[in-house]
Amino acid sequence: MERNNILLSFKGEITSDLLTSILGIMESKMENMQEEPKIRKKVYNVLVECLQNLYHHLDEVSDLLEADKIRSAIFTIGKVENKYSIITGNYILNENIHGLRKRLDEVNSLSKEELKEYYKRVLNNGEMSLKGGGGLGMIDIARKTGEKLEYNFLEIDNKVSFFTLNIKVSNQN
Amino acid sequence: MEKYSIEGTPKTPSINFDMNGGILEVKGRSIPENSIEFYKPLVDALDKYAAVAKPATTVNVQLEYFNTSSSKCILDVFKKLEGINKNGSAVTINWHYEEDDEDMLEAGEDYQAIINVPFKMVMVNE
Repeated sequence: MERNNILLSFKGEITSDLLTSILGIMESKMENMQEEPKIRKKVYNVLVECLQNLYHHLDEVSDLLEADKIRSAIFTIGKVENKYSIITGNYILNENIHGLRKRLDEVNSLSKEELKEYYKRVLNNGEMSLKGGGGLGMIDIARKTGEKLEYNFLEIDNKVSFFTLNIKVSNQN
Repeated sequence: MEKYSIEGTPKTPSINFDMNGGILEVKGRSIPENSIEFYKPLVDALDKYAAVAKPATTVNVQLEYFNTSSSKCILDVFKKLEGINKNGSAVTINWHYEEDDEDMLEAGEDYQAIINVPFKMVMVNE
């Protein structure tokens, strides 16, 4: 993505207060850009899920990763033509890659109707982690965007990799 | 306790639960990082209400945004209402959505499919 298309980018520690500020900034930016309410809501919703995924993940691994790696989470929000792009990046333990990849691939393999059913099943029966939505986030993002979840794992060493997720939001769906 | 009320914040909705009138209103945004903590007092209030429920209970939900962390808690609230409905108080859930917000309508329909309580979709103009 070209530099001038970036609306906001951040690297550092993800806190609850930071998320509140970021969401507020993005909300007023989209309002100033006179974005139509429909896409504004979609972007906002997806942004909440992406950022809270990041927040909960880092909270879970806070004892397992070095502090500098916890503080190296990134995210970028950009807009190219009529598509918003939300990219998040964070360190992940190699041992957790397999499970995450499986979940993402499963979500990506489902049609719109199947995603709806899957969402309801996880909502109704799924175990809820103490803080999070128990795996609903990715399903919700896929449903709302109507796009496949693009992701990558970049191996850093035998302990950790850097995980990036690239979400596109447009008004097509 | 006859009333449970809290003010809304940028991340949490306002809640007005008038137990004497049998009316519960949830309005605003529900995007807290920790939803369980936020919804627990409401779930507890519903437990208390269940014992003294009015012949009819009306629930108005008008959310602008909610995150997936809240969605599970909202389902827990609806399941409490399902129990109250089963035990003799006629519960109606009015799910409000803005005209152009198909995602919010669809979210209401998801709950409607899961919960065995009369559910009404109410369109509001912006």
